[in-house]
Amino acid sequence: MAVIRTEHLSHVYSEGTPFVKMAIQDVNLSIEEGEMVGVIGHTGSGKSTLIQHLNGLLKPTSGKIYIDGEDMWADKAKLREIRFKVGLVFQYPEYQLFEETVYRDIAFGPKNMGLSEEEVDKRVRQAAAFVNVTEEMMNKSPFELSGGQKRRVAIAGVLAMNPKVLILDEPTAGLDPKGRDRILGQIQEYQQDQKNTVLIVSHSMEDVAKFAKKVLVMNQSKVFMYDDTEKVFEHASEIEQMGLAVPQVTKIFMRLADMGYPVDPHTYTIQAAKQQVLRLFEEQEAKQKKGGM
Amino acid sequence: MLRDITIGQYFPGHSFIHKMDPRMKIIASVLYIVILFVASRPLGLLLGILMVVMMYMISKISAKMVAKSLKPVVPIIIFTAVLNLFFMTGPSEPLVSFGFIHIYPEGVAMAVMMAVRIMCLIAGTSLLTYTTSPIELTDAIEVLMGPLKKVKVPVHEIAMMMTIALRFIPTLIEETDKIMNAQKARGADMETGSLTQRAKALIPILIPLFVSAFRRADELALAMECRCYRGSVGRTRMKQLEYAKRDFVALAVMLLCLALVIVINIYFPKMI
Repeated sequence: MAVIRTEHLSHVYSEGTPFVKMAIQDVNLSIEEGEMVGVIGHTGSGKSTLIQHLNGLLKPTSGKIYIDGEDMWADKAKLREIRFKVGLVFQYPEYQLFEETVYRDIAFGPKNMGLSEEEVDKRVRQAAAFVNVTEEMMNKSPFELSGGQKRRVAIAGVLAMNPKVLILDEPTAGLDPKGRDRILGQIQEYQQDQKNTVLIVSHSMEDVAKFAKKVLVMNQSKVFMYDDTEKVFEHASEIEQMGLAVPQVTKIFMRLADMGYPVDPHTYTIQAAKQQVLRLFEEQEAKQKKGGM
Repeated sequence: MLRDITIGQYFPGHSFIHKMDPRMKIIASVLYIVILFVASRPLGLLLGILMVVMMYMISKISAKMVAKSLKPVVPIIIFTAVLNLFFMTGPSEPLVSFGFIHIYPEGVAMAVMMAVRIMCLIAGTSLLTYTTSPIELTDAIEVLMGPLKKVKVPVHEIAMMMTIALRFIPTLIEETDKIMNAQKARGADMETGSLTQRAKALIPILIPLFVSAFRRADELALAMECRCYRGSVGRTRMKQLEYAKRDFVALAVMLLCLALVIVINIYFPKMI
């Protein structure tokens, strides 16, 4: 069963004023349980608006959202409960830290869920372990930590709520390559361990190509496509026209294919690229050997 | 939503009033307030109403905005009107007597006039912020307060602080919105519970907000120092304020109206 389903979801900002703006229109989505989805789109394409709907922070102007088959806005009293099922990590989440210690900050979410003290403790430690927050860091003030550490603590704060669906908005923005790979790796590990659904909003096609099984492309407030990663990158030229960059590898392989080399132009990971290049060399060597004989 | 709140409600435009020198606009606003309070006769107040209507028509600001600016002061208007109604006494017979409460015709007149006066006051002065950008406004205030430098008032610094404060209002509102959403996503409950519970629920919002405000202040201070900001001494302006003909026309109209109101006061000794 689809864990997230939307029907004709639309949202209009500042309706009835001169500043009216259509943020998303007619979004029909169905995201299955346990999927790792990359959400890409240009600035202002409606990505952020969409994910805020999935968590119930924004109310749709029209259309419906079903989480686990339940209509999110059917009963306002249940909204908070449904919200716990969908964990949302905002952009630059380190700016939301407020508690005296890292431990208490991570515990904020689970405590709000009304869990018992042991359960809260268990979850905090589990979440901290996922993102490598050490025991030593737990008793520090979150304001003493470095930027990357803060970010990981903030992500742990949401992981500790153990949501069925985890949504991260640009979790790697402003981090160095090492920190970026680290966080993405940890999220991937978490997903594989918990078998949860994870949505990651990202600008970086490289990142999306690396981790996502499926990709959701937003363009001009509409869903441009939602499909398996390979299939999405088959439309590389259209994606480029939208002003989104396809991975560097894909660019190179598109060019190679253009030049007449027998390669797949829709290659989007370094791994696949490596295999193809090696195969090409082997074939060439074999040819040369033949010619020599 | 928080973002719907407008502060420093400037509406860009190209009307006569928009183009006026901000200093003259402040002076004219002060003159208008003087006119309203000098006018002690209904006829004089009528002139005040006429002036504010004319000004809004010239500036092309919609009447809706007048209503919006008046909304928060409605309780004050009602309060002063009621006060005047009950406590004003006059030589004539009371209109109504109810126990110890006596309502005189003078009280009614005074209540109405006071209400009209406050409404004109708010509508008229709101026009200043509707037609002048906050930056222009602080520039003008800095110049107008210039003489205070002689008595060691840090005029430039005050103006700079005002400019920065105004500049950061929208930024901080946006920031608050973001933090609120983030904490709500973590299950923070701000809508229900007792007053103390709700006050406690504000902590997760206020602390990150203060932290970010201080961070921004720090960054801004650094950026200003990098551009060699050294306070007012020797600092020149890119946009020099200059009076134009229209400013003197506006001043003349204002003074004329003031004179008229005084004349009305003298020649109509009775309440007309």
